[in-house]
Amino acid sequence: MTSFWSIWVIVLTLACLALILGLLLWNLKNYVGVEEGESCGHEFDGIEEINNPLPKWWTYMFFATFVWAVYYLAAYPGLGNWQGLAKWTSSNQGVTSLAESKRATEEALANGEKVQLDQEIIAADERFGPIFEAFAKQDIETLAKDEKALEIGQRLFSQNCAQCHGSDARGGIGFPNLTDKDWLYGGSPDKIKETLLIGRVAAMPPWKAALGEQGVKEMTAYVLSLSGRKVNQKDADAGKAKFAMCAACHGMDGKGSVAHNLPFGAPNLTDNIWLYGGSQRAVEETLNNGRAGVMPAWKDILGEEKVHLLTAYVYSLSQDK
Amino acid sequence: MSNNNSANKHEIVEKNVGLMAILTVFAISFGALVEITPLMFQEDTTKPVDGLRPLTALEMEGRDIYVREGCYNCHSQMIRPFRDEVERYGHYSVAGESVWDHPFQWGSKRTGPDLARVGERYSDDWHYAHLMDPRSVVPESNMPAYPWLDENVLDGKLTAKKLEVFKGFGVPYTEQDIQGAEAAVKGKTEMQALIAYLQQLGTHLK
Repeated sequence: MTSFWSIWVIVLTLACLALILGLLLWNLKNYVGVEEGESCGHEFDGIEEINNPLPKWWTYMFFATFVWAVYYLAAYPGLGNWQGLAKWTSSNQGVTSLAESKRATEEALANGEKVQLDQEIIAADERFGPIFEAFAKQDIETLAKDEKALEIGQRLFSQNCAQCHGSDARGGIGFPNLTDKDWLYGGSPDKIKETLLIGRVAAMPPWKAALGEQGVKEMTAYVLSLSGRKVNQKDADAGKAKFAMCAACHGMDGKGSVAHNLPFGAPNLTDNIWLYGGSQRAVEETLNNGRAGVMPAWKDILGEEKVHLLTAYVYSLSQDK
Repeated sequence: MSNNNSANKHEIVEKNVGLMAILTVFAISFGALVEITPLMFQEDTTKPVDGLRPLTALEMEGRDIYVREGCYNCHSQMIRPFRDEVERYGHYSVAGESVWDHPFQWGSKRTGPDLARVGERYSDDWHYAHLMDPRSVVPESNMPAYPWLDENVLDGKLTAKKLEVFKGFGVPYTEQDIQGAEAAVKGKTEMQALIAYLQQLGTHLK
């Protein structure tokens, strides 16, 4: 705040207090020229106005609010740029970047200022930090059998993951089921953790232009045949002839990128598990327009320790109990 | 009667409604003068955050749909500086993020979650599925479905004008932005516009 606005706030605040105080003191005097307790000399419908003084309890309470105001304005930031003797503030104001926010937090801590939010976070870290730290030291396979860890993991899942993957983690159309053994980027603890930390961006390109309507129909027939579906054999053969263009990601056998140790997230086409639906129409739609599945990155939002617990929970879902 | 006392100013105020009204306004104006006026002029509240950029033409149309559909009735865009909120939604909202938002969409009620940092939290596909039928992805949701957004196509006739108006508010749109506005949104669905708007929310504080 510039000094002009600081002075503006201080002057107006104090002037307001002074005015109210003056008004109170003025009204404590008997200025109407009638003895206290006597009639003011008028009545309406039998109701007479008596010149009574302001109630004492009310007056004292009013004075008490002034005492409070003086204390409050001295201790807390109320008067312009005056920081207050308590050095308290609710949060770091006026930050313009995350780096600046972090710097403000550290500076306040170094200067002994009490930033309410930061204090709350520090208190919570002190209480919960050791718990997460202890879990972070254990490997994911161990945690996946630890009831307490799974309980925390499940809560984190409900809060952050259930919106897409469902509260039962069985996913939906376009959102992978996490309880089966079909993985787009690998189902080992390390791979799951990597997916959670850095996110994934899948890109199935649209093939409408390259294949044409007939081509899409043929390719659909071949793709469906891979998981043992009954299809028009002639179409499937024609599709197979062009499958090389799909093989770069899905592999020549169509078993997907995980089976071939590739990082593309291309699904296994032979297992009859369909992320976007396995009807002829759904597969044609996928081929025509492509798909763009996105898994957000959680490293910055949750931090690595919580991701570690989440990984254990997600990993546990597909393990035989 | 007490009128013999010429110093009875109390009576003057009590018997003149006009004067009383003026004095009342005077009395309550102190609060506004101290708490609101300085906010309009001080850097803390008028300086954009480092990463802020004006909304693109498509996002601007999305913002108007957000307002039209009354999203602000159930969703706030204001993360308060409390630990539970920061934990759930991310860094608390700062004034510099809203300086180009006219009027701001902070809202005041949360039937649904806060959206101040919903940008990039979910995929475009998720937003599409969720807006078409919220229960398809969140079974316990009580949010209404907005399927017509996918049918309504933008013609972009007023988009340039909207950007111009915001330029008048001090949002740094260039001539190029304004000239290209119509072409940038024409043919896009309202759904695409709204998702574009949602996906940038809260992503500018870096």
